[in-house]
Amino acid sequence: MAAVLDIHSPISRGLLMTKLRAILPPHALLTEKEDLLPYECDGLSAYRELPMLAVLPSTVEEVQAIMRVAHDNNIKVVARGSGTGLSGGATPLNDGILMSMAKFNKFVNVDALARTARVQPGVRNQKISETVAPLNLYYAPDPSSQIACSIGGNVAENSGGVHCLKYGLTVHNIFRIEIVTIEGEKAIIGSAALDSAGYDLLALMTGSEGMLGVTTEVTVKLTPKPQLARVVMASFDDVERAGDAVASVIGAGIVPAGLEMMDKLATEAVEGFVHADYDVNAAAILLCESDGTPEEVEEEIAKMEAVMKAAGATACRVSNSEAERMKFWSGRKAAFPAVGRISPDYYCIDGSIPRRALAAVLKRTEELSIKYNLRCANVFHAGDGNLHPLILYDANIPGELEKTEEFAADILELCIEYGGTITGEHGVGIEKINQMCSQFTDGERETFFAVKRAFDSDMLLNPGKAIPSLARCAEYGRMRVHNGQLAHPDIPRF
Amino acid sequence: MNELIKNLCERLASHAASKKPLTIHGGNTKAFYGGAIVGEALDMRAYSGIIEYEPKELVLTVRAGTTLAEIERVMDKENQMLPFEPPHFGEGATAFATIGGTVATGLSGPRRPYTGAVRDFVLGTRIINGRGEDLNFGGRVIKNVAGYDVSRLMTGAMGTLGVLLDCSFKVLPKPAREITLRYEMDEATAIQRMNEWAGRPLPLSATSWCDGVLMVRLSGAESGVKAAQEKLGGENVADKMAHDFWSGLRDHRAGFFSSSEPLWRLSVPSTTPALQLNMPQWMEWGGALRWVRGIAGVNTDITTLRVKVDAVGGHVTLFRNGDKSTGVFHPLQPVLGKIHRNLKTAFDPENILNRGRMDNI
Repeated sequence: MAAVLDIHSPISRGLLMTKLRAILPPHALLTEKEDLLPYECDGLSAYRELPMLAVLPSTVEEVQAIMRVAHDNNIKVVARGSGTGLSGGATPLNDGILMSMAKFNKFVNVDALARTARVQPGVRNQKISETVAPLNLYYAPDPSSQIACSIGGNVAENSGGVHCLKYGLTVHNIFRIEIVTIEGEKAIIGSAALDSAGYDLLALMTGSEGMLGVTTEVTVKLTPKPQLARVVMASFDDVERAGDAVASVIGAGIVPAGLEMMDKLATEAVEGFVHADYDVNAAAILLCESDGTPEEVEEEIAKMEAVMKAAGATACRVSNSEAERMKFWSGRKAAFPAVGRISPDYYCIDGSIPRRALAAVLKRTEELSIKYNLRCANVFHAGDGNLHPLILYDANIPGELEKTEEFAADILELCIEYGGTITGEHGVGIEKINQMCSQFTDGERETFFAVKRAFDSDMLLNPGKAIPSLARCAEYGRMRVHNGQLAHPDIPRF
Repeated sequence: MNELIKNLCERLASHAASKKPLTIHGGNTKAFYGGAIVGEALDMRAYSGIIEYEPKELVLTVRAGTTLAEIERVMDKENQMLPFEPPHFGEGATAFATIGGTVATGLSGPRRPYTGAVRDFVLGTRIINGRGEDLNFGGRVIKNVAGYDVSRLMTGAMGTLGVLLDCSFKVLPKPAREITLRYEMDEATAIQRMNEWAGRPLPLSATSWCDGVLMVRLSGAESGVKAAQEKLGGENVADKMAHDFWSGLRDHRAGFFSSSEPLWRLSVPSTTPALQLNMPQWMEWGGALRWVRGIAGVNTDITTLRVKVDAVGGHVTLFRNGDKSTGVFHPLQPVLGKIHRNLKTAFDPENILNRGRMDNI
């Protein structure tokens, strides 16, 4: 990153408070420690920091005014939705303003004929589908945190879910966003049409982790609810065979609505928790969903069953009612909390690989599990090649978190080695910033910084996230060479 | 190929040093599209070939100079397709559309509103920026959120941000069955019908309305297509005729498009009522794309046209023919104009790549 000449230093906390009081109603500014504590972390709770101040604007004009104050006084801003993100994208900065978008929780309008909903960014993902359900429509991306996560946060992270192989990610399901720039200007990105003039800034904004602008409104695409959905649950006595079955399903020309895989440790944890009727003797199970008209589903389910059996499934069951379908899915959706019950702590990883590498990566992960002496449960969006290994550890045992992070970093390096990526859907945030150095060259990282500067020349919006500096990469490079034998383990690494 | 890439990088770096512009091209089938450009030609056709195609991964990686014809030939064998049904404008003995041109222009065909656009299926790109640097963004996996989405930014950027080298796409199996239904109805009814049907779980894959005739294509499993046809009624169009109709629309070979009058592309919200422009019109994409043709001897008032389309939240492009001096692309909101210029400078500081092609930045 080129050095930026500091023409003005940030103002004091007291002076900033005065300036913010002048533009915000009293309850919209939080300054006391006990009020700031709820914002000290997002879903990546291992990293905590108290923000200098927190603001809770309720109008776009207030957001603009806050941004102007921040910009004019060289103050950093971190925007936050529901705080369910898993990579620390919304971790506050102790010398910055934390801006919660929680009060932007209203629907602007729903257009049934155009199949769109205009909502404020604080509206919860699931609330959209609930609201439009009477129209037989829904919002397709369904991250597992959908009960709580906000649509603004989904845009910032380009969230996926279990149905994105067929229905796409956030970037495929939004039309238009309204943003406020760091300079306090309002801009409309995208349009209610299927494309817009100029560069595809909508794609650039989606997944930009709050570093280019603050989203103040989102127009989402609504999808007609399929008439019917059924799921096949197949057991395999060998993980590799299950991996091959995934490739066979796709190879047979089927695009399942969802295709998920869980290994034995994960299914055991789940069975003890929600009793989803999983085969706990299987080395791995696959959940493969078909949706559409009753005719289409019948045809596709028969095909899926045949493929699973040919691929060596030891057992195959098909949901016969909506209740049974929900039961089969309940285990997958409860996988993370279920694992939480069998271990004091767990660390969720989010790498993505070509599907053909599934078996090889699983085998290497197992070897790492032995090397680090830490258990690892595997839950995947198998259809997308998106892995979520869950490392089980105990934070109260000295050194175990550090060991877990080493293990996690090794898995991410594996993903790169097999032609994949360090994050499929959770984002980089602060969590995976070091691995960005392995995935991208200096020129590519510099391009990312240049993109950031095109929107935010003073680097005030959520700085220090997602894109590592050259210095950080140099440091990380040295760490990887020593492979866990750090010269100075006491130096904070993130 | 490494030698070729090295030479391209050196050539771009030298042009950057001397600030001399380059005009990037593949098959030149879309040379008509965009603002007037100046500069030495950079022919990408030698950089061609499929790098990786694994049908079971649903991922294809190709070099920019590869022709769409070649890609479709290889994918046909696996019963798969580029899901955005890209146009092959001007296909002939001498001109073949390339995948690089397809990504650069970001143009998609009739399947777009139901399956997605080029940008929806681009997973990764390798580019050379305006400094002559060879850079990789995105990847060859379906889900990837590492770093800003520079690959999708390249899509539709008209080659102004970088020279495309390799492009990776998510691809899809071909539908088992496609049928086309025909109806006679007026414009307002057609707009209403196309939108209503899109809100129901029907296997729509293309829609078109022109001169009182609505055409609807259904794609999917045999049983699903049949069930939908029973619900929708309409007159069944013979397969060969249907194929020619949709490819004629996709590639602008239909008579409507062969005029030498200006052709305007109006991208509008799908529910926009009839625009009453008193000009010949062909509508597709469920009402979201309206092609409007100028009339010989009548001067189209571009300002009025832009104001009308602006008012419904859409944008206008002078797609083909006509006077480019009044602007090809729709003007940008000032705050976005500034961001566009900043991005252009970030990728191509000396403005050597397709200078003038995107005339609204």
